[in-house]
Amino acid sequence: MSNMFFIDGQEIAFTPGQTIMDAALAAGIYIPHLCHKPGLTPQGSCKLCTVDVDGRSASACTLPATAGMKVDNNTPALQEVRKTLLQMLFVEGNHLCPTCLKSGDCTLQALGYHLGMLDGHFPPFYPLREVDASHPDVLLDRDRCIVCALCVRASREVDGKNVFAIGRRGANARLIVNSPSGKLGDSDLAADDLAAHICPVGAIMPKNHGFEVPIGRRTFDLHSVAESDVATPVTLKKTEHHDE
Amino acid sequence: MSKIRIATTSLAGCFGCHMSFLDMDERLVGLLEHVEFNRSPLTDIKHCGPCDIGLVEGGLCNAENVHVLREFRQQCKILIAVGACAINGGVPAMRNHYEVQECLEEAFLHGVGVDNPMIPSDPELPLLLSKVHPLHEVVRVDYYLPGCPPPGDAFFTILSDLLAGKEPSLPKAMLHYD
Repeated sequence: MSNMFFIDGQEIAFTPGQTIMDAALAAGIYIPHLCHKPGLTPQGSCKLCTVDVDGRSASACTLPATAGMKVDNNTPALQEVRKTLLQMLFVEGNHLCPTCLKSGDCTLQALGYHLGMLDGHFPPFYPLREVDASHPDVLLDRDRCIVCALCVRASREVDGKNVFAIGRRGANARLIVNSPSGKLGDSDLAADDLAAHICPVGAIMPKNHGFEVPIGRRTFDLHSVAESDVATPVTLKKTEHHDE
Repeated sequence: MSKIRIATTSLAGCFGCHMSFLDMDERLVGLLEHVEFNRSPLTDIKHCGPCDIGLVEGGLCNAENVHVLREFRQQCKILIAVGACAINGGVPAMRNHYEVQECLEEAFLHGVGVDNPMIPSDPELPLLLSKVHPLHEVVRVDYYLPGCPPPGDAFFTILSDLLAGKEPSLPKAMLHYD
C-alpha cells in the first residue's frame, strides 16, 4: 500500500490530499488541537498540533500526509512544547476558569489537564478586552477568545454568512463583528448558527443555558480531551450544545 | 524525630482553600502525628518561623500580601501556591479591568446598599496594588496545587508525597482549574 504513513511508528492510512490531522483523527489517534475542525478550512494558527515530520516541525492540521512520512506526535518533548504554547494562550487572555460558564466544557482547559499544565508560567497580561452582550441569544466575551477563528470559518463556510473576522495583529488581534455598529446584536448571527456553537473556549456562548449541567459533571470533568475527541465523530451539522 | 513544620496563609483569597484543607477530615488526626502548624489561621500565630512547608492561598492584591509572601518564601523550605488565585490571580484578578480608584468608588461610595459612603483611609490599612498578581510574579514557587478550591484529597496527596520524601504528583483526574 502506498497511501500509508507513520505516526509514532504506527502505520496509518490516508487518502491523497488528507492532512496528517484528519488522517490521525480518522485512525483514532489524538493530536492536540484548538483551531481545527475537520470539514472547515485548516487555519494552522494555534500550533498545538505541532508534530515532527521527518525531523522538522510542522502543523499537523495543514500539512498533507504523504506516503512513507514519519511523524512524531506523542513525545515528551512535543508535549512540553505544546504545554508552553498553551501557557502563552492562557496568559495572553483573561482565562479565569472559576468565573467562566464554559468551565468543564472548555477545550483550552481540557488541554491544560491533558498536558498537565499547573500554572501559567509567564506573567499574565490581564488585557483589557470588550464584552459584547448585545445579542439576545449569544454572548461574546473577548476576555476568553484565543483567536482560533473557528467561528469566522464556520460562519463563512457552513452558515453562509460572514459574521466574524479577526482584526489587528499579533498580541493585539481581536475578534471583530461584521455589523454597522460592530455589535453582535446588529449582526445576522442566529442562535442556531454553527458559529454560535463552535467556540472551543467560553468566548461565544449561548445565553440562558449556562448552568444546565452543573460543574463537575461536564464533558471534560468526566472525559479527557483525547478520548472524547477520538470517540465522538465530528459533524459539521449544527449540533446540540453540551448544555442542552 | 521532630515534626514537619507547616505554615499556611490566605492572601487575596476567600479562605475556601483552607476550608478544603479541613476537608481532609479525620485524616488530619493522622497527619498531626507527623506535622505541626506554625503561622496559620488555624493556630493564630502571627509570624512565620522557620518551616518545612508553606501553603499559600490567594494572590497578591495589596502591600501586606507581598510582605507576607516574602516572609513565607524566606522561612519555608518548600513553598506551595494553593488554588486558582495564587496561581493566576483568580476571581480577585477580575478587578484588573478597572482602576483601583474605580473599584474603591464602586465598593465604598456608589455601590448598592452603601451606608455612610466614604473610602477607608486608616493608615493601618495596607495599600492596594494597582493590579492583582499571582505569586510566581514575586517569589519562586516550588509546587502548584490548582483548583478552586483544590479538593481535600489533593491536599492529602501532596502532603503525603512530601512527607514520604517524594516529588508530589496528582492523578490527572484530580487536576482541575475550577
